Amino acid sequence: RYFPLLHGPGVTPKTIIIFELKAELNNEKKEKRKEAVKKVIAAMTVGKDVSSLFPDVVNCMQTDNLELKKLVYLYLMNYAKSQPDMAIMAVNSFVKDCEDPNPLIRALAVRTMGCIRVDKITEYLCEPLRKCLKDEDPYVRKTAAVCVAKLHDINAQMVEDQGFLDSLRDLIADSNPMVVANAVAALSEISESHPNSNLLDLNPQNINKLLTALNECTEWGQIFILDCLSNYNPKDEREAQSICERVTPRLSHANSAVVLSAVKVLMKFLELLPKESDYYNTLLKKLSPPLVTLLSGEPEVQYVALRNINLIVQKRPEILKQEIKVFFVKYNDPIYVKLEKLDIMIRLASQANIAQVLAELKEYATEVDVDFVRKAVRAIGRCAIKVEQSAERCVSTLLDLIQTKVNYVVQEAIVVIRDIFRKYPNKYESIIATLCENLDSLDEPDARAAMIWIVGEYAERIDNADELLESFLEGFHDESTQVQLTLLTAIVKLFLKKPSETQELVQQVLSLATQDSDNPDLRDRGYIYWRLLSTDPVTAKEVVLSEKPLISEETDLIEPTLLDELICHIGSLASVYHKPPNAFVEGSHGIHRKHLPIQHGSPVSAGPAAPIEQAQSVIPSQGDLLGDLLNLDLGPPVNVPQQSSMQMGAVDLLGGGLDSLVSDGHSHRIANNRVYLFGLECLHVHISLFIVYLFPQIWLPAVKAKGLEISGTFSRRQGQMYMDMTFTNKALQHMTDFAIQFNKNSFGVIPTTPLPIHTPLMPSQSIEVSLPLNTIGPVMKMDPLNNLQVAVKNNIDVFYFSGLIPLNIFFVEDGKMGTFLYFFIFFMSKDIYTVSGKLQNDNIYTIAKRNVEGQDMLYQSLKLTNGIWILAELRIQPGNPNYTVKHPPNLNSPHSELRSHLLFLSVEV
Amino acid sequence: MSASAIFILDLKGKVLISRNYMGNMDMNKVDHFMPIMMRMEEDADSSPLVTHGSAHFLWIKHRNLYLVAMTKKNANAALVYSFLYKMVEVFKEYFKELEEESIRDNFVTVYELMDEVMDFGFPQTTDSKILQEYITQQGHKLDVGAPRPPATVTNAVSWRSEGIKYRKNEVFMDVIESVNLLVSATGSVLRSEIVGSIKLKVVLSGMPELRLGLNDKVLFEITGREKSKTVELEDVKFHQCVRLSRFENDRTISFIPPDGESELMSYRLNTTVKPLIWIESVIEKFSHSRVEIKVKARSQFKSRSTANNVAIMVPVPSDVDSPKFKTSTGSCKYLPEKSAVQWNIKSFPGGKEYMMRAHFGLPSVESTELEGRRPITVNFEIPYFTVSGIQVRYLKIIEKSGYEALPWVRYITQSGDYQLRTN
Repeated sequence: RYFPLLHGPGVTPKTIIIFELKAELNNEKKEKRKEAVKKVIAAMTVGKDVSSLFPDVVNCMQTDNLELKKLVYLYLMNYAKSQPDMAIMAVNSFVKDCEDPNPLIRALAVRTMGCIRVDKITEYLCEPLRKCLKDEDPYVRKTAAVCVAKLHDINAQMVEDQGFLDSLRDLIADSNPMVVANAVAALSEISESHPNSNLLDLNPQNINKLLTALNECTEWGQIFILDCLSNYNPKDEREAQSICERVTPRLSHANSAVVLSAVKVLMKFLELLPKESDYYNTLLKKLSPPLVTLLSGEPEVQYVALRNINLIVQKRPEILKQEIKVFFVKYNDPIYVKLEKLDIMIRLASQANIAQVLAELKEYATEVDVDFVRKAVRAIGRCAIKVEQSAERCVSTLLDLIQTKVNYVVQEAIVVIRDIFRKYPNKYESIIATLCENLDSLDEPDARAAMIWIVGEYAERIDNADELLESFLEGFHDESTQVQLTLLTAIVKLFLKKPSETQELVQQVLSLATQDSDNPDLRDRGYIYWRLLSTDPVTAKEVVLSEKPLISEETDLIEPTLLDELICHIGSLASVYHKPPNAFVEGSHGIHRKHLPIQHGSPVSAGPAAPIEQAQSVIPSQGDLLGDLLNLDLGPPVNVPQQSSMQMGAVDLLGGGLDSLVSDGHSHRIANNRVYLFGLECLHVHISLFIVYLFPQIWLPAVKAKGLEISGTFSRRQGQMYMDMTFTNKALQHMTDFAIQFNKNSFGVIPTTPLPIHTPLMPSQSIEVSLPLNTIGPVMKMDPLNNLQVAVKNNIDVFYFSGLIPLNIFFVEDGKMGTFLYFFIFFMSKDIYTVSGKLQNDNIYTIAKRNVEGQDMLYQSLKLTNGIWILAELRIQPGNPNYTVKHPPNLNSPHSELRSHLLFLSVEV
Repeated sequence: MSASAIFILDLKGKVLISRNYMGNMDMNKVDHFMPIMMRMEEDADSSPLVTHGSAHFLWIKHRNLYLVAMTKKNANAALVYSFLYKMVEVFKEYFKELEEESIRDNFVTVYELMDEVMDFGFPQTTDSKILQEYITQQGHKLDVGAPRPPATVTNAVSWRSEGIKYRKNEVFMDVIESVNLLVSATGSVLRSEIVGSIKLKVVLSGMPELRLGLNDKVLFEITGREKSKTVELEDVKFHQCVRLSRFENDRTISFIPPDGESELMSYRLNTTVKPLIWIESVIEKFSHSRVEIKVKARSQFKSRSTANNVAIMVPVPSDVDSPKFKTSTGSCKYLPEKSAVQWNIKSFPGGKEYMMRAHFGLPSVESTELEGRRPITVNFEIPYFTVSGIQVRYLKIIEKSGYEALPWVRYITQSGDYQLRTN
């Protein structure tokens, strides 16, 4: 191609286009210029860099052609950032356009201005924006409202200084619903990154304005308003009810997003309504039909709805318990919808509908989509565990599926059958033979491990258990760790059950695990078994073959604090991911996490206390579990160890030298004692269970402490308690002379060292400190028990805050129980130290002691292998041989209270 | 709150057009979208929400286009998906059909619309009729009649402009009921649902006030007229124009309608009705030799009604050959691309029963691929009939000029998601 002579060398076809456009942009004829700008935009759209035409395009800005003006604005939005100096050229035009008689032009100018994210420009925009916020035309005002949010994103300080936030708040009272909606949206957006959480100043008057606008604005505006309403905390149930009454009609809106936002408001405010009231129940009934209708929407909307229904079903199962059929899977549902429906079906499965559910699951298990089929098979297992009456039918369904010989179906079925065995031991072992037939086809670690576990657990009933396990041993080192560990345990179980025939096998596996393996877990476990077997086979049998706690039915419930937080985010990404926003939104750590409103008059305090309270309901079935554990039969196995090891023919693999290493003499003493069982069911005891979760929390927000923010957690590392804190200086001056002091507290916690901050903390700097703690300080009972009041001083002032110490930091490292039972052993001693000493020997730890009115109080903790901590307060009255055991007062929560019978055992020396 | 940016991509993931609404994210991040989608497809996985680092992509697909919203915040996902579908609707109103071609041909209008329907991630006006009043496809000069934002945009009545005039005032109503059915392989009805909708075509002048009367059970109970035949609507959804609080209070459906065509309301009923067309089937597969299919179709509605354009799709294995059919009525067609036999019956009166037999050959070498057990699906429509028994009792039209207007109504029942599982 030839180029005009004037271009000279260096011109390529690419650059010539720019030259040509430049010429056209400067053409005298308006029409030509417009066509040229169109070409420029077309080039921009396909990703060509046309930024060098900036001055020429801006020259076209002063035009009386609306379409051309829009195109130029579009160009500006795209390239202003890369050409900040030239962008200034456009300012004048903007200012002028903001005065245009046509509101469309004024709005266009103010809308585009906000999209030009150039710092230098923003200051010129304040005056036009101020005018537009008070424009006579609502179209301009609603656009200006959004512009404030845009400006805030670029320069928050300026927006605040210019008083634009106040102007926005004024717009909430605007006569036009669309303006109100946009003002609400803008304020909500700003408040996400603003330290003041109540930027909108929600009060009953404002709420009333919002509710009025709700009836009149567009569907999108309704969503902004509903989302905003959901952040409001009504002062009492009457206010909550009256808001609910005005929000309920939105459930009939055709737009699914309006419906979900309304559901969010209602789900939150339901917390405040008394459960026995008629209105509460009416409202619950009203929620179900709209939720079901959401499933007639587009698949993506269905998906969002299903993820949210999954949360709602966990929070309030009564809403949809009659509706299981709507979650039946259709052939043409997208896979993501199928999997979600399946999950909800299992959550809704109950004795009443189990037959239908099972028939469906069986149908799904014969489909072709592998993921879906696997999940369906797993679901059958979950049904068996959840609905006891259906277990038998589930097992036979699973057996039918195993007969199909479809490889992944068989493997998945074996995994769930293992779990069914763990829930209903000694009930279905007749099917083991069928399972064993499929041994060879198992190639997935999960399935292999499950099969091995079953063989080990029921070794005494499987004639060729040794052959079966031996077959796995051949390729031991090629197996995954999971399979290796299970195999090791299974063979040890087999040996303890059939010692005579399996010595060689157990030696082989122990040596494979300890000598030939590099894996630390495997080696450790190998050595533990080895030493156990060589030292004390009776105890070994006790430990390895003890009855295990049954598995609980709901293992995949969302942790209740998280669930409550997610309910506050219904409809949003958080509700789809089932993750709190700060887990996936960058820079959201300083942001207050949402929590459900709390009914007034209830003793639970807001804030960090709530997690512990609510965490309890996560393990609804644990009550039974503990009961079972404590009622375990202690009968015959207690025997003299030395001789029995001979009887059992234990192989002395390591020689007697290790004897002294593993036995501290104590266990022998217990074993040699005669055990009397005297006070069965003599005492009703409440034991509250709780699980503690650790999140770093903001203890001291910067607004309350003149710019000093302290966030942190408590932790325990290498036997030492720490308070891990992050000090952030959000003030403008530096901070020095830090010091910390604790108020008297329930556990006598005090810092062991001064606060290790030695250098001044500069503005916007953060420092992380770990303050070691011990428990030798003065004791005073706090309410709640684990409350800690702290004073922090710096060169500016003294600040106070309080936090809850998660009780788990008081638990000592070796809190792990053996696999067999713990029991309380009481000597008829009045000596408190003897008692706690005795308890300590059995891993019941004394955390704190105090003396109240002549009675010694012991605070005890113990931990079960499944990670549940039990706390107790033990009261010892002088002269009284009975000790009263009480649950800690702050952990008393109606749904998790557990009544259990404690065995009282007396040991005669 | 919602989207930082919205992209329209072609099937290969190339950006056709985009709009950066918040300016807080790198627009190039969208390049990660397609690779993630491809990876998921390889794993036979799919999700309407994909993530790359801090970027979340919410997408829908329309013909040969992907509409993708990108955000890095905890956006309102329900809002984003509804908005994307609304965008599709708006574009379709403007360009008849939304596809790659129409985006390329109309990029200036697309930009204008994208600028108007969303601002800083907040959806604004998405009513295409109103948008068409001020975003038109011809250029304007400012002095000679450049459009102004119609007052409608910000009015409480944001769906109807003032000053509409017709010589003849009429309203046409379509009451359409779709029957969704799911029947197990053993022939028991697992789910049956009626989803109804009332569509309007409004040809009325001025700002008319309309009131629609249905034989709604709840309404009749309130007003104490329990004798007449009524319908219990399980859940009702209304167009923006219906006063929801009024309906919540006294079940009155009152509204100022949008001009032209719109869906006024939809409703859902779970009442178990006798399946309108019942299918019994035997599909026998003799490996390596043949497949034999016997299908019996029975119409279970009153004989005065007739189902039209009945199409019964029966699944067959994908590797069958040499089809042979025999039917008592209608015609059969083998559709290899769908691996199904389609049995068409133009007119199927109530209370009748028809038979179809099909015979296929199977190759001696069988494909190893497992095939899902697809259900039999049925399409049909029955005019002048509603399964639920819903009836429009009146439509009152009041306009201050006092004109007389005629309401018209048409009823039809059709198949929705109508599936019968096979063995």
